[in-house]
Amino acid sequence: MGPLQKKHLIITGLIILAGIFPFINQNDYWLHILTLSFIWMIAVYGLNLLAGYTGYLSLAHAGFFAIGAYSLGLLTVKAGINYWAALVLSCVITSVIGFLIGLISLRTREHFFAIYTLCVGYVIYLVIDKWDSLTGGVRGLIGIPAPSNIGPLSFESTLSQYYLVLFFLLATIFVMYRIVHSLSGRTFIAIRNSEELAGTIGISTMKNKLVVFVLSTFFAGLAGALYASFIRFIGPDIGYTTVIFDLLTYLLVGGIGTLAGPVVGTMLIVSVSQSLQFLQDYRMLIFGPLLTLIIIFYPRGIVGFFSDWYRKRQSTKLQSQKKKQVKSNMDDEDLHEDRVKEG
Amino acid sequence: MEILTQQLFNGLTIGSVYSLVALGLTLVYGILHIPNFAHGALYMLGAYVTLTSMLLWDFNYWLAISISIIVVGLLGVLMERLVFNPLKNAPPIHDKIAAIGILLFLEAFAQLMWGADYRSMSTPYGEVVNIFGTTVTMQRVLINVGAVIVMITLYLFLKKTIVGSTIIAMAQNRKGAHLVGINTNKVAMLTFLISGALAAIAASLSAPINLVFPGMGHLVILKAFVIIILGGMGSIPGAIVGGYILGFSESLGATYISNDYKDIIAFVLLIIILSFKPQGLFSKEGV
Repeated sequence: MGPLQKKHLIITGLIILAGIFPFINQNDYWLHILTLSFIWMIAVYGLNLLAGYTGYLSLAHAGFFAIGAYSLGLLTVKAGINYWAALVLSCVITSVIGFLIGLISLRTREHFFAIYTLCVGYVIYLVIDKWDSLTGGVRGLIGIPAPSNIGPLSFESTLSQYYLVLFFLLATIFVMYRIVHSLSGRTFIAIRNSEELAGTIGISTMKNKLVVFVLSTFFAGLAGALYASFIRFIGPDIGYTTVIFDLLTYLLVGGIGTLAGPVVGTMLIVSVSQSLQFLQDYRMLIFGPLLTLIIIFYPRGIVGFFSDWYRKRQSTKLQSQKKKQVKSNMDDEDLHEDRVKEG
Repeated sequence: MEILTQQLFNGLTIGSVYSLVALGLTLVYGILHIPNFAHGALYMLGAYVTLTSMLLWDFNYWLAISISIIVVGLLGVLMERLVFNPLKNAPPIHDKIAAIGILLFLEAFAQLMWGADYRSMSTPYGEVVNIFGTTVTMQRVLINVGAVIVMITLYLFLKKTIVGSTIIAMAQNRKGAHLVGINTNKVAMLTFLISGALAAIAASLSAPINLVFPGMGHLVILKAFVIIILGGMGSIPGAIVGGYILGFSESLGATYISNDYKDIIAFVLLIIILSFKPQGLFSKEGV
């Protein structure tokens, strides 16, 4: 079996596992946690496309997550629009705001970009917190409806929501896979590696960066909207900087700039935090240094570590095979020479 | 008129604190080109160390501040050694994330040690004095005078001593400094020491008029970033001027525009500046 088939088998296996998980584990609590982590994964994928593949560390994504969540909440609760229309609209709203902010922020680079987006994120948080008449301020927004029925399908139960979110997650991963392996994906990586070089070979860096930024805010908005309809209550806290730090931790631990990273990191950190429940507010006592240590020693996270290890093993295998081949070739030649001598 | 002078004085006080924090940040940025997101945590720890040594060991205010300066300064050195030095040759995105990691750790640590409550720090200089017709507390006068003294000392240190000029040399050109025999590792450690000390001084001076809590560094550090972008990343006079500009615009904005949105002023200022000058206000072209 080739490595590609092996990979496909693992992925299919994981999808089936995620599909039948609710039947193996009847515990509603775990289903809830898993659904939540799927939602985070979607947001982390959005961040990964921007920070991992294009090299722009945006610290405003908690803000975009909150914009998605509040758009859905306000559209369904205050405007009374149908859920699915609101879902689409909230993604569009987030992307449009993302486009406008991207247009300005992407003129800055490196540190300036990180600081700029950090401030943008904080402004979004402050606006949500202070704009009492629209967002309800610190009291938050309650009574957000669950997704409305599509024909016979209802999304009231935790189980059905689990499948709904899983569907969106798989769609996100599929889209990411296609993007990263397309010419545009290569273009993004070229920009990450050297923006000047990318420019000299005729890549319009600004256009591409803007596309990435809008895409990544789109996914943040989608995750936010799903979060709002799943939790049914949102407060300004979801836009605070701690959320972006959480997302960054998931991404970094899993592996920044890898396709499997967001899934691995989120699963690992969420399950570890669940078993460290007693720590609650102090979990950063562990995750903070973890973040720092990982970036020093394994900058590409767990997934990067394993793929490096796998590649190394593969290449040593290949080398030993080559050695064997060379050896047998040499033996053949020896025989040949002997025969010549005999002849 | 009285409100105006009162607010101007307030702006001066806030500006002094901002300038001190921004100075530490800009020094580190000038040397290592790292936006040290953990600087806000150093500021917060500075206040807590002062508070603890005053409450626990009954030290007087000045002794407590000196202890805080030493502790936080050494913490800065430790950070440089353990985290930023190993990341010297890494892509810039790594430094930022590592700094965020430290920030998260220190905040959780403060919460564990001292709890999440808001605390107030008492000061021996609570009496009210009358200056030019406005009544102010002695502590606010102390903040202004203290900040100016610290700034002058720092300026003299950087310009008039050999050790100080090694810092400037390294800020100008790291490789060049190394070539003429400057121990760049030592200078980097020294810079972090000064940066931590400045954060501790700023926090200890301003804590009696504000409150002490684990998240107290958040806003201050964000504003300090705004200031050093305003004044040019790595520029020392820029940090001082930028700090006072922000202090005045905030205190005047709070009175004449809206108290609710006064924290937004800094960020809106930054967004406007970077929208028109993506490299910062006083950047040299092509750097």
